[in-house]
Amino acid sequence: MPGLGASFGRGAATTFQEDLQNSDCILIMGSNMAEAHPVGFRFPLKARERGAKLIHVDPRFTRTSAMCNLYVPIRAGTDIAFLGGLINYVIQNDRWFREYVLAYTNAATLISDEFVDADELGGVFSGYHADKRQYEPERKRWNYKGEPTNVPATETPPEIKNESWSEKAGFIENPEPPSDPTLQNPKCVFQTVKRHFARYTPEMVASICGCRPDDIIRVAEALCENSGRERTSAIVYAVGWTQHTTGVQMIRAAGILQLLLGNIGRPGGGIMAMRGHASIQGSTDIPTLYNLLPGYIPQPSALRNHNTLEDYLEQERVDNGYWSNFPKFLVSLLKAWYGDAATKKNEWGFKWLPRIDKDYSQLPHFIRMAEGKVKGLFLFGQNPAGGAPNAGLNRAALRKLDWLVVRDWFEIESACFWYKGPERPDPKAIKTEIFFMPAAAAAEKDGCFTNTQRLLQWHDKAVDPPDNCRSDTWFVYHLGKKVKALYADSKAERDQGLLNLTWDYERDAQEILPDGRPSRIHDEPDIERILKEINGYTVEDRRQVSDFKNLKVDGSTACGCWIYCGVFPEEDRNRARSRQRDPNNYTSPDWGFSWPHNRRMMYNRASADPQGKPWSERKKYIWWDEEQKKWTGLDDPDFDPEKPPDYQPKKNATGMDALAGDCPFIMKPDGKGWLYAPAGTVDGPLPTHYEPFESPIPNLLYDQRENPVATHREHSLNPLAAPMDPNYPIVATTHRLTEHYLSGPMSRFNSWLNELQPEMFVEISPALAEAYGIEHGGWMVVETPRAAIETRAMVTNRIKELNVNGRLLHQIGIPFHWGYAGETVGGIANDLASIVLEPNVSIHEAKAFACRVRAGRLQEVHADRPLKPAPWPTRERAPQTPPSNQPEGQFGRGSV
Amino acid sequence: MLENLARVWERPEPPQQQEEMGFFTDTTLCIGCKACEVACKQWNQLPADGFHWTGNSYDNTTMLSDTTWRHVAFIEQLGHEVKRDRWLMMSDVCKHCVQAPCQEACPTGSIIYNEFGNVYVQQDICNGCGYCVAACPFGVLDRNEADGCAHKCTLCYDRQKDGLKPACAKACPTESIKFGPITKLHQIARERVEQLHERGENGAYLYGADAAGEYSALNSFFLLLDKPSVYNLPEAPRRPAARMKTNYLVSFATAVGLAVVSACFFGRRE
Repeated sequence: MPGLGASFGRGAATTFQEDLQNSDCILIMGSNMAEAHPVGFRFPLKARERGAKLIHVDPRFTRTSAMCNLYVPIRAGTDIAFLGGLINYVIQNDRWFREYVLAYTNAATLISDEFVDADELGGVFSGYHADKRQYEPERKRWNYKGEPTNVPATETPPEIKNESWSEKAGFIENPEPPSDPTLQNPKCVFQTVKRHFARYTPEMVASICGCRPDDIIRVAEALCENSGRERTSAIVYAVGWTQHTTGVQMIRAAGILQLLLGNIGRPGGGIMAMRGHASIQGSTDIPTLYNLLPGYIPQPSALRNHNTLEDYLEQERVDNGYWSNFPKFLVSLLKAWYGDAATKKNEWGFKWLPRIDKDYSQLPHFIRMAEGKVKGLFLFGQNPAGGAPNAGLNRAALRKLDWLVVRDWFEIESACFWYKGPERPDPKAIKTEIFFMPAAAAAEKDGCFTNTQRLLQWHDKAVDPPDNCRSDTWFVYHLGKKVKALYADSKAERDQGLLNLTWDYERDAQEILPDGRPSRIHDEPDIERILKEINGYTVEDRRQVSDFKNLKVDGSTACGCWIYCGVFPEEDRNRARSRQRDPNNYTSPDWGFSWPHNRRMMYNRASADPQGKPWSERKKYIWWDEEQKKWTGLDDPDFDPEKPPDYQPKKNATGMDALAGDCPFIMKPDGKGWLYAPAGTVDGPLPTHYEPFESPIPNLLYDQRENPVATHREHSLNPLAAPMDPNYPIVATTHRLTEHYLSGPMSRFNSWLNELQPEMFVEISPALAEAYGIEHGGWMVVETPRAAIETRAMVTNRIKELNVNGRLLHQIGIPFHWGYAGETVGGIANDLASIVLEPNVSIHEAKAFACRVRAGRLQEVHADRPLKPAPWPTRERAPQTPPSNQPEGQFGRGSV
Repeated sequence: MLENLARVWERPEPPQQQEEMGFFTDTTLCIGCKACEVACKQWNQLPADGFHWTGNSYDNTTMLSDTTWRHVAFIEQLGHEVKRDRWLMMSDVCKHCVQAPCQEACPTGSIIYNEFGNVYVQQDICNGCGYCVAACPFGVLDRNEADGCAHKCTLCYDRQKDGLKPACAKACPTESIKFGPITKLHQIARERVEQLHERGENGAYLYGADAAGEYSALNSFFLLLDKPSVYNLPEAPRRPAARMKTNYLVSFATAVGLAVVSACFFGRRE
């Protein structure tokens, strides 16, 4: 999440869901929280019951809108314009939180004289090379004034995406860059931001978004009235923001707005990023990504001078702020992975780490697969044949593989694509050998989720998985052992990393299930051992490390992921398993473990004023205790606990010592929240409204139509509609329903869920239905240059036609839960979407694309047979689990 | 054999009467997630009713039945005719009437009030006559095709016995479904209505908290924002037994009348 990383330092939600109940106003945008995160939605509802105003800005009137005080419909993909309108309103009407902005943001900092804003260059920033569709590092000059003009050492070449914190911290030599506290200097950040957003007037924004100018003013007023010393507002977003070619900048825009209103690091404030899957936060912390090592450490690259550990550290090191400690985290990681084989002499095994040489993120990888360049693939809980954008291209890619391993609960689309699906594949013509491995469900294995708010929650296995189903950990562990055995005799240098990998997670004793019986599976690895290694230990006496402060660069500590350090602080203390509610403190510090250092809210130093006092009694959270000489409050301070508010760094200080006592954003080299991001995003230091790649509307603000550095991957199966193509006049967005999960592997095989939403449908407005002769409940076809799907029509007033710049524009909502496997089958929404890549994180644009519709069905009706409903009720014996092992049973009777 | 026969005559002590428990469903907090429907089916091991897309907003289970004991209704009120766009959602369930027509209609004594004051169908006694189905003014009860017996919400009798909340209340993420002692629920509900009125939500009222007309109070009552009929609830539910006296009298009078008339016509003998 570089949008948050570039603004505040860490790519994760700044706050936690429980804190939303303290908000005075919540703007939900790019999120359908009530439907996609119903359990977390209790907290916005609590806030509403306490008198907060809930606002939903979304293309569709959803179950979330139904719960909000104010709903504003906008055209899909115009969120930056809307947010820009809010930012402009706040600045023009002088409604920003002056003391907060001056003390905690880079508003006063001066930008390089050579920087030219998109405002003056028709929508691109200085340094743009139109033929290469790139910003040239040596020409762009986005950095602060006085910084060296050479290419910053932390910058990655644009071919690969870097989401590491080295990149997000940026490279700033001077932790106190030149500034103008009066904010009058035209080159200061505040004036630049003001100029940049000046054209986002309510009228202009209304004509882009298709709402009324009044709507923008009402939303802006609600946020302004509920921000400041006494009140705070929060912003909630989800994949409705991320799945755009401008997704990262949408989040940046929210960051700017919240910094101006003084809402970051304060109770009831912040930006709550709702992640799209269970433990997705966990899979970026301990990444399944190609370009990161655990803990947001950059993956070594073949394209840069990363030959030796010294070169690598020289390039990626950041002198000031907390990230200056990162060499300790890297060496500890290498010690955890390579154990005794990692020595100072062999650079702790640094050379064994694979180097990346291109963009191996999911979508480019599948395009390479479709070109026949990938031989084999493992799919763990992933369903690209139905769940990935341009699923048709993904299926074509799978057909090119030699072998494919699918580990899942059921025979999902990605496992049966060779004989089923819209292409009517001929099994004889497909050479892919498919291995379907039955997987254990969450309740059938131990494990740990890291949820949307960085909270690690352990779950114990309840029952053994049936038959041959096994946990993913079991599979990977034994696969690793077998591969190691195959290479055991190899002397090749490239194999030494694999051979030296620590791989010792055997159980000491037989596993006992909660009902007291021994497990029938004898070779399941001990997952707590893995968590212990992730937490870290001292190499000498193998004692658990309790704090990442204690990690060392000399190889005396090992730690699998430094941000998780503290989750297992003692031999028998798994804090992720702890479930203690604290009736007196809503942060409940002993419920699970929240990284970093069990901190629930990040940047919480900002909840106190520069002198260390709470901004107000009502919004107190962390403050400086003058008597005890330390920071104290409801949470773990996200700050040096003993650094006084009036601390001033000495000249030439480095690391944390370079940050003054009033710098809450400790991951940033200047300690400030970045209104203007001199580094961290490749598509510009300020968010700029660009149209989606496929849009029936021109860019009303700039000459530059679409994101100038986003890319479209050329492939015969990935054609795009031409800009403003009259053949595709309708805006489509994909969405979820509460009743199903993702592309359906976990829900469309469950009769109880299928009966609740049994069939694919598309939501359209009555006006669209009338214009195209489509009947409610009847059949209709939705078509893009990639594919056409047939579906039922749900004609509803919840979808409104919009007036966009004087033109009547129709939008439709397409749920993406159906496919051709499962108890219920239906058109695949993702077949319609294209693969266009956002420049920072290579994400697609399934949330806004152009399409056309007609009444009727497709010519060839594919009669994919659904599976039979599950034979309920089952009469399997329920295990006799004693009440002491059922935490639920310990709560008293009755909810009131 | 003898032992089994002897057991028939045993009359164990009934369970001790407990505090009356019930549901208060606050529709202003319902987000329509249907977690209650799924939790109910999972706990009670009820089958899915089949896959029928209705096109009626997001409601595809359509009504309470022998195998659907919680049902979420969706009412879309949007467009030019309404003042404010609304999408009402309401989780419907057996009303557990204080004076339940189904219980009154049951000829076998299968339907009882259990120790928590909940209306409960004893499956082993039900003979499948279906009188309760006709008696219930809310259309809650239904007979199952497979076993022929009447089924409905048990208010998770088994869970309550173990000191647990009913599955639906446990699963409800927003506490729209509240479970607890009736007296306490009444208090909470009245305060809630007042609070909503203060906030300008003047249409909020309680459905079934008190007896009204011929109908008793409901131990599973609701906070609604629109007329009951909008939620497919009867405006004035009727209890067949309430008319029993009149009906008997009318029948008796008719019988007497007919007898007199018969006597007049056929009684004349020479």
